[in-house]
Amino acid sequence: MEQLGAGGIIAGILTQFVPVWIGMVVIFAISIATKRKTGLYGRLFDSPVGMIGFGLVIFWVLTAIFADLIALYDPLEQISGMKNKKPGWPVEGQEGMYYLLGGDALARDVFSRMVYGSLTVLKIAPTATLFAFMVGVTLGLPAGYFTGRLDDGLSFLANLVLAFPVILLFYLLVTPEIRSTGIPVYLAAVLFLFPIVFLVVLMQTKFSTQPGKMWFWLSIVLVLGLWAYSGLAFNRDPFGVFSMDPNLLNIFVSVVFVNSPTVFRIVRGLTMDIKTRDYVAAAQTRGEGPWYIMLWEILPNARGPLIVDFCLRIGYTTILLGTLGFFGLGVSPESPDWGMTINEGRKLLSIHPHPALPPALALMSLVLGLNLLADGLREQSLKD
Amino acid sequence: MLTFLLKRSWIMLLTALCLTAIVFFLTNIYPNLEKLAKTQGNMRMTDEQVERWLGDRGYLRPMVSRYGEWLGVMPGWTNTDEDGKFTGRCVNPDDTPETASRFCGVLQGDFGMSTVFKEEVGAIIVKKMGLTGMLMLWVMIVMIPMALIVGVLAGMKEGSRTDRSLSTFAITTTATPEYVSGVIFVVIFSSSMVGLKWFKGSAASAMNEITFENFTLPVMTIALYGMGYIARMTRASMAEVMTAQYIRTARLKGVSFPKIVLKHALRNALIAPFTVIMLQFPYLLTGVVIVETLFNYKGFGWTLVQAASNNDIEMLMGASIIAVIFVLVTQLISDIGYVYLNPRIRVS
Repeated sequence: MEQLGAGGIIAGILTQFVPVWIGMVVIFAISIATKRKTGLYGRLFDSPVGMIGFGLVIFWVLTAIFADLIALYDPLEQISGMKNKKPGWPVEGQEGMYYLLGGDALARDVFSRMVYGSLTVLKIAPTATLFAFMVGVTLGLPAGYFTGRLDDGLSFLANLVLAFPVILLFYLLVTPEIRSTGIPVYLAAVLFLFPIVFLVVLMQTKFSTQPGKMWFWLSIVLVLGLWAYSGLAFNRDPFGVFSMDPNLLNIFVSVVFVNSPTVFRIVRGLTMDIKTRDYVAAAQTRGEGPWYIMLWEILPNARGPLIVDFCLRIGYTTILLGTLGFFGLGVSPESPDWGMTINEGRKLLSIHPHPALPPALALMSLVLGLNLLADGLREQSLKD
Repeated sequence: MLTFLLKRSWIMLLTALCLTAIVFFLTNIYPNLEKLAKTQGNMRMTDEQVERWLGDRGYLRPMVSRYGEWLGVMPGWTNTDEDGKFTGRCVNPDDTPETASRFCGVLQGDFGMSTVFKEEVGAIIVKKMGLTGMLMLWVMIVMIPMALIVGVLAGMKEGSRTDRSLSTFAITTTATPEYVSGVIFVVIFSSSMVGLKWFKGSAASAMNEITFENFTLPVMTIALYGMGYIARMTRASMAEVMTAQYIRTARLKGVSFPKIVLKHALRNALIAPFTVIMLQFPYLLTGVVIVETLFNYKGFGWTLVQAASNNDIEMLMGASIIAVIFVLVTQLISDIGYVYLNPRIRVS
């Protein structure tokens, strides 16, 4: 069999991505058809920038979902004779099969590894960002609302973490040695409490006048929350549904830890600004409690900038995860995560550039998509 | 102003103390010490041997007193073994108990010895900071004018085609972290695949002599990622200034557009980017670490990685002090500069 030319490679890749194309067409068709009814999300489709960004993001999300269909090989499968082969090289003994983007230094398929890499990134980055937001919001709201001592103390802590060079912090926090001391577990025990606290206070303040409803929702939140908490933070889930690999937990916790002070500062600033508005004064006059005002008056009115920052922050987290992988601190040495693959590929960069390029471009396009999406959202939310 | 400075210095000092204490704690937990012993001594040491190795070198005493020794507020440990050999933290090989100095810590200007490089930490830092300073200097020279020009051109006429294309360019650069752009640059400009071979893929030779050929790629890689953010801030600030009343007045008076931009808008539009540029420095540090590793330029960032992966305690402590001071001082400068540039704000 012959090596594929550029046209053949592109055709091959486009064919492999067919599930993604179908998914994108369906999502775009539905979204555009209903765009007048879906609020901010619908208005996104009025701005070309937002649409391109959304398209890029949805492309990678669908790639992650359909990774098994798209990838031609297992990310860890090594086929002899395929080491460092050029893109479009036929696989020996398998009729009509190619390494579309070539083979890496361990004779694995670069294309399949790139596809599976999206799964690793999209599993960690959005969840870690969400957790960072929960921590930042839960601490930032009272700091901005009450100010005073509480604010001074929390701001000092936030600035302390922010003054740390990120890379040094990662080198100190993400190591097998640290894992054996249990520090990541303690950190997780603290950080993972915030989402539960946040949801409990949210429910409690909303339904404080209807005890029946309040206890119903509170019990759901507490049971589910503590169940997930026991599994994720301590790996002691009695039913074995929630669990996290210690290495993954270490990375996850560090990323949340690095991101939450920035979220804290944003939320604190927004709270200080919004707190002076009339509707807050009205709520205070009505005699609402401070937590009700923070969560149901201030937070919904801060959602615009927060949604935009959320998109940007997922992108930043993706870059951080890549950085971790680049320094060999990634999820696991074998995993196809993009940063790690770039790191492996760069060693032979000037002779065999093809293993490093696809993950690099993939990472860039995902982050670009998120940034454009944030830009489109900002533009549209300012039109109100 | 003076009270503001005093208060800030106090907070900075407290922050630096806390941070170094955290670094000290994290590098001195037992598994890390074990790693240190094994990399310095012998990979196949038994647990007792590790314990003895660490004990002999004073690593197993309480952490608080050792942090105090490192700071220089507590006397360094000393020990005389059975053969009468006198050792200690502040003891040079030919010292006797009488001649050895009691204190040797940061306050005395002694940063200790690096276990990886076998050199004084202070000397290493000075040498490496010189190299990294050179890199940073060139990054600044390239990045700041480029970012300001892009930002001002884009913000001049909001929504125009220039604005759209320059903004997209700025967003793209912020989405391209150093390890991505570095890899792409190397492939395009120095690999045999594309065959341009304009620049070198390694900056190792730039440590002796900086040339256009070996320094362009590292500088461009850092400058590009940092540029986008500053450009976008400049654009936003410029766009805002262009809607101000005095600009409209100037236009109605018939002042030409270039003159409006240069004489009326620019000064006011550059206040916000100044703060951003200063706050961008700490992020450059991460970029420097990545780029120095990628291009094999043995500066401060490269040293930090080496120290961290070998758990070189004193080196890491020294490096983190420098990094922290750097971050805090840039924050302070950005605050003070903001006040001076913007007469509407006064610190009380």
